[in-house]
Amino acid sequence: MLRYIDRIREISEKLLKEGTVEMVIGFQKGTMPMMNRPCFAKGPEDVRNFVWDSNCGINLTSYLTDRKEKIGIVAKGCDSRNIVTHIIENKIKREQIFIIGVPCKGMIDRHKIASMFETEILSVAEEDGKVIVKTGEAEKTLEKADVLQKNCAVCTHRNPSIYDELAADLLEEQKDADRYADVREIEAMTPGERWNYFDDLLSPCIRCYACRNACPLCYCPTCFVDESRPQWVGKSTDPIDTKTFHFLRAYHCAGRCTDCGSCERACPVGINMRLLTKKLEKDCYESFGWEAGLTLDQRPPLDTYKPEDPEEFIK
Amino acid sequence: MKVIKVDKKNWADGLGKLRGDYRLFGPAKNKDGHDFKELDKGELPDFNFLNTRLSAKSMIFPQSEAMFKYSLDESEVDHHIMREVEKDYSPRAVFGIRPCDATAFLLVKRNFDTPEYKDPYWIRSYQAGVYVGLACNDPCSTCFCTTAGCGPFHEEGLDVLLVDAGDHFLAKVLTEKGKELARAAGWTAEADVDIGPMKQTAESKISSSVNTDKLRERVTTELYQAPFWEEAAFACINCGTCTYSCPTCWCFDIQDENHKNSGIRMRNWDSCMYPLFTLHGTGHNPRETKVHRVRQRFMHKLKYYVDKYDAGIQCVGCGRCVRLCPVNIDIRKVCELMNSYEG
Ligand code: SF4
Ligand code: SF4
Ligand code: SF4
Ligand code: SF4
Ligand code: SF4
Repeated sequence: MLRYIDRIREISEKLLKEGTVEMVIGFQKGTMPMMNRPCFAKGPEDVRNFVWDSNCGINLTSYLTDRKEKIGIVAKGCDSRNIVTHIIENKIKREQIFIIGVPCKGMIDRHKIASMFETEILSVAEEDGKVIVKTGEAEKTLEKADVLQKNCAVCTHRNPSIYDELAADLLEEQKDADRYADVREIEAMTPGERWNYFDDLLSPCIRCYACRNACPLCYCPTCFVDESRPQWVGKSTDPIDTKTFHFLRAYHCAGRCTDCGSCERACPVGINMRLLTKKLEKDCYESFGWEAGLTLDQRPPLDTYKPEDPEEFIK
Repeated sequence: MKVIKVDKKNWADGLGKLRGDYRLFGPAKNKDGHDFKELDKGELPDFNFLNTRLSAKSMIFPQSEAMFKYSLDESEVDHHIMREVEKDYSPRAVFGIRPCDATAFLLVKRNFDTPEYKDPYWIRSYQAGVYVGLACNDPCSTCFCTTAGCGPFHEEGLDVLLVDAGDHFLAKVLTEKGKELARAAGWTAEADVDIGPMKQTAESKISSSVNTDKLRERVTTELYQAPFWEEAAFACINCGTCTYSCPTCWCFDIQDENHKNSGIRMRNWDSCMYPLFTLHGTGHNPRETKVHRVRQRFMHKLKYYVDKYDAGIQCVGCGRCVRLCPVNIDIRKVCELMNSYEG
């Protein structure tokens, strides 16, 4: 990880010194264990704040939306795919950005790790595929592979799909990951069971919209849940309204979601709402052979038409 | 006031006795965290937490609350008239409130119960409650209560303060309401102990702090225009988690929810972190960017409030916003920037 950090700083410094970009967006160390903070460097001296480790799970693409200046951005596999989506959707121009690609070894699941300990976690460090967690009373070493974010554990695009310079050598992609085991489990349920499952899944939701706001796809100037003329959905904690928000948001991400996990990571109450977008991601993959953000040359399946698209559903 | 010893063996029994006179509320485990709720029959409050995920604010000021109902059906007598929604304001006892959250009740009261304006829902709800606190023997590393106007054994806003002492609780009765509750629960055994040393031990474990001494003398307009806001706000995704989880945030929004020709008028928590918070009917938004919004949150808590009430900051140091912010925006850091900003 130290090599990654040095390279990120080195490339950023060069970009800023040479005036290639006006700012570089990356991560700095946070004030809490397992929390890094998105930040920018505007001068070569600021790059010393940049870090890289397994706590960079927030998708930085959101910070590019509609910006006008030339920007350098640190991007792991999924971030780069969302950058591609952003470019296709005209939220940023390719020539405006310099992508520092980070071949990604996976992010750790802060909710999961926190729930493994009875007391407060005071520090979390990483070393050679291990995660060392300290609480007031104990120290425990975990295998990083066991505490990866769920999406990272089955990620097949750890290398950036688009980049201008790399912070490390490309990695071998995971080949045998069973990407959709969790979705299949839900698919196998009866409608009643599925309803109860989602009921329970979403019951702690406080409608803060951190999931939506952490998602680079959710850039609408006014989200449908915030519209008041007409008002599409109630704003109270009514469970039906809450579900409406989640289900509709997921549909808005169909064919665009990269399963980056930023939404799930951001949720203050640890809800895996990503299961909803993942089902749609699976459908896009199975029906259209589509994975979002791998190429700039193709439009996403839901805003284009191909003669060979399946059409059995048209009655 | 006196300290009573409550054996944990008799705890359930005492709570059972209270059920005749009070509705009982307290923390319960909800997935990965603890939330306040009305306790079911036989259910005991679960004290196995460092702090509850959301604060006890919702016990008085729920996230969503119906205020009025109306009907446009002309066959009804009072059609087209807003009628108040009946609510249960019978006596209730809330258990397991951390001292910071209880202090926050009084802070929020400054807004909802003023000589000029009285918020009837908040006041009735507040008055219906007896508040039983739970002292923090083991504060979190993110708690900075002792420099934010309270502390792990702080008593303000509480009627009884419980201290967990192993096989028993020590209950410090603080008000008449508290006395009544203790009597109704059958807690009478006076304990000949001084909780002072326990308080000191807990306070010495608080490892985090803020400096607020200069906030008042800072010039509002200078702070407002300070150059640090862009950077301080950069990471923010305007999710509102900080304000929803905060025991002292009091803002709400009013919404009508219609179904066919009848409906209710609700109020829901709102947040200055949302663009909609200040959106005018004309489409103009005076707090157009997230930098404006982040600045508002911190200026409100750490400057406007300080100036308006001269009673410290609008923050009790519970640390929730620090723990829950998905991008690690830390009020302690921002407070330091503001406190030390010379202009
Ligand atoms: S929906 Fe979630 S997983 Fe999909 S792109 Fe958005 S933040 Fe990432
Ligand atoms: S981030 Fe979590 S609590 Fe907030 S709206 Fe999304 S699911 Fe609900
Ligand atoms: S919780 Fe953090 S990201 Fe969300 S609005 Fe508050 S400061 Fe911004
Ligand atoms: S501002 Fe943060 S630390 Fe202060 S009372 Fe609110 S949630 Fe707690
Ligand atoms: S910080 Fe924002 S949400 Fe909280 S009370 Fe102030 S204006 Fe309201």
